[in-house]
Amino acid sequence: MRKIAIYGKGGIGKSTTTQNTVAGLAEMGRKVMVVGCDPKADSTRLLLHGLAQKTVLDTLRDEGEDVELDDVMKGGFQNTNCVESGGPEPGVGCAGRGIITSINLLEQLGAYDADKQLDYVFYDVLGDVVCGGFAMPIRDGKAQEVYIVCSGEMMAMYAANNICKSIAKFGKVGDVRLGGLICNSRKVDNESNMIQEFAKKLGTQMIHFVPRDNMVQHAEINRKTVIDYAPDHAQANEYRALAKKIDENTNHVIPTPLSMQELEDLLVGFGILN
Amino acid sequence: MLLRHTTEKEIDRKALTINPAKTCQPVGAMYAALGLHGCLPHSHGSQGCCSYHRSALTRHFKEPVMAATSSFSEGSSVFGGSSNLVTAIETIFTVYEPDIIAVHTTCLSETIGDDLTQIVSKAKEEGKVPDGKLVIHCNTPSYVGTHITGYSNQVSAFVKFFSTTTPKKRNVVNLVAGWMEPSDMREIKRIAKIMEARTILFPDMSGVLDSPLTGKFEMYPPGGTTVQELIATGDSKFTIGLGAYSTEDACVKLENKCKIKFEVMEIPIGLKATDRFITSLSRHANVPVPDELTKERGRLVDLIADNSKYFYGKRVALYGDPDTLIPLVEFLLTLDMRPVYIVTGTPGKHFDESMKELLSKKIPEAKYKSGERADMFQLHQWIKQEPVDLLIGNTYGKYIARDENIPFVRYGFPIADRPGHNYFPHVGYVGSTNLAIQLLEKLLDYQDRNCEEEKVEFQM
Repeated sequence: MRKIAIYGKGGIGKSTTTQNTVAGLAEMGRKVMVVGCDPKADSTRLLLHGLAQKTVLDTLRDEGEDVELDDVMKGGFQNTNCVESGGPEPGVGCAGRGIITSINLLEQLGAYDADKQLDYVFYDVLGDVVCGGFAMPIRDGKAQEVYIVCSGEMMAMYAANNICKSIAKFGKVGDVRLGGLICNSRKVDNESNMIQEFAKKLGTQMIHFVPRDNMVQHAEINRKTVIDYAPDHAQANEYRALAKKIDENTNHVIPTPLSMQELEDLLVGFGILN
Repeated sequence: MLLRHTTEKEIDRKALTINPAKTCQPVGAMYAALGLHGCLPHSHGSQGCCSYHRSALTRHFKEPVMAATSSFSEGSSVFGGSSNLVTAIETIFTVYEPDIIAVHTTCLSETIGDDLTQIVSKAKEEGKVPDGKLVIHCNTPSYVGTHITGYSNQVSAFVKFFSTTTPKKRNVVNLVAGWMEPSDMREIKRIAKIMEARTILFPDMSGVLDSPLTGKFEMYPPGGTTVQELIATGDSKFTIGLGAYSTEDACVKLENKCKIKFEVMEIPIGLKATDRFITSLSRHANVPVPDELTKERGRLVDLIADNSKYFYGKRVALYGDPDTLIPLVEFLLTLDMRPVYIVTGTPGKHFDESMKELLSKKIPEAKYKSGERADMFQLHQWIKQEPVDLLIGNTYGKYIARDENIPFVRYGFPIADRPGHNYFPHVGYVGSTNLAIQLLEKLLDYQDRNCEEEKVEFQM
């Protein structure tokens, strides 16, 4: 079983990319579980065709300690297993602690056990790694492989670089490795070349360049992944390609994060700051 | 040798504290809250915090210390403790019927960022706070400061929530009590009474944590400053804060809120600190110093004079809280003793400055340290390097005293292994006389037991 965490700047398209890629893997016959680690609980909406999910933490709050796996895990597109951690409403409590609680509970309940015959577990994690809780999926040998969704925009690269810092930190003591950058295009000039160069400097690869296409939005409005909504569309093939690349990927590294100066130089070099 | 691992040689430590000379913030907040009449302290956090703070106080005062808790679970740490606290407020007013609940935070509720102002107002909106009942709160993250900080935060909350100015000024002096024993508070009230000064003492744990055994359990003993008195502090003409670390913040807040001038001074331990306190109270309450007090002072001076040969030159190590250590060191100097090592876990410049002022000329060899790395381990190392004749501090010092065979006077918080500290005061002239006698007893007992046979004296 490969455990994969998807990180990236807020709003970059992590959940969309994750679900579309998971749909691709499921189509290939892989058994996949998606664990949404975002208090908004929208990481499995496209696979489940709507927000049908009761979150782990809501269930824990309502049912107490007597939680059954079936209460929190729902079957989605092509037999994927879907779980949402959930979390407190904005402005109260501790979302980071929520993720820790939720992942521990899933382990206790046997969501990862051999009888589930999982090929993949995907953790879809909120925004930046702001505190210890959000690093939970890459701690203690949980996810071994991280993919960072980014674009050619300055702040997306800045966030990606920060995430690399925490992977470098946990990688030293654990077995978490960076599998690559997924460029979710924002149609920035020279984007693909720049992200390839950025990936090289980090010691990794740009595993795939996902072009921008309105079909993604159309599919989202219909609460579906592109592969589900328009299986013959070119964009569906992009996600299939990404799924295949991840399935075949053996390039796992401890990244070498850039200094702020290096990052700015990179942007200048590719003409963004001019 | 219980502390046989303690070496004479000091190794510079940057990130390690061994046997700290402090405890955590909520202990102080809980203690101060008990000085409010009819108040139930409430710990907003997990049960273990509350249990520890209650037992820390109980084993010192040998009295049942009542306090409630929000009883955080895993769920509360994720979703916030709001619903637990709102339910707790309802339950407490229904079942335990206090007049006031004084909520303080813990590390957990601070870290997840629970907003007490918002939660308490929600409880009020939902009608969980009956008419005439009150809920006050303060923040006490234990990773900042010490029990003294928590005490100070609670006392400041009293001012914030209660002190109110009306057009009617009263000829009253506010006395803000720093961290001291209930017996000390009782003594300060006695002094004010025989001076015929009108005062309001807050907080006031006398009659709460030193109550007599009557055979009848009282959840809220008769002592403590009343809410009416605390409201009236806003109309007083002056405030005297006893102990900078535990009361200055409250004094400043009271000045800002109600325009009352203040003076912060030492807790009146020893001759000079008591002189200053009585002089200040006499001036600001506009009352003369009665003969009775002058006679008490005379008896203290007489005791010192009679026994100066036993006090003179004795080297003393002491540790505890800055507000008591500063006047204590001053008193030891008055007795011609040599306070050579002084340690407090409570951080702050005022302690270092006061020690420098008191000691730099008279005891140039003195070592003192404050803050989180000023610990009992280092104090012990200093003692091993050059021994002392007397050790003064809380019960945690008994291991050092035993290993090094040093006479040991228990003073401070906590004293878990001897009675008496809550009966006999150590403030004022009478209290200082008590204290001087305690020091003498230990020194003379030691001499009688350890001197050579031909030097045993019948009369001392």
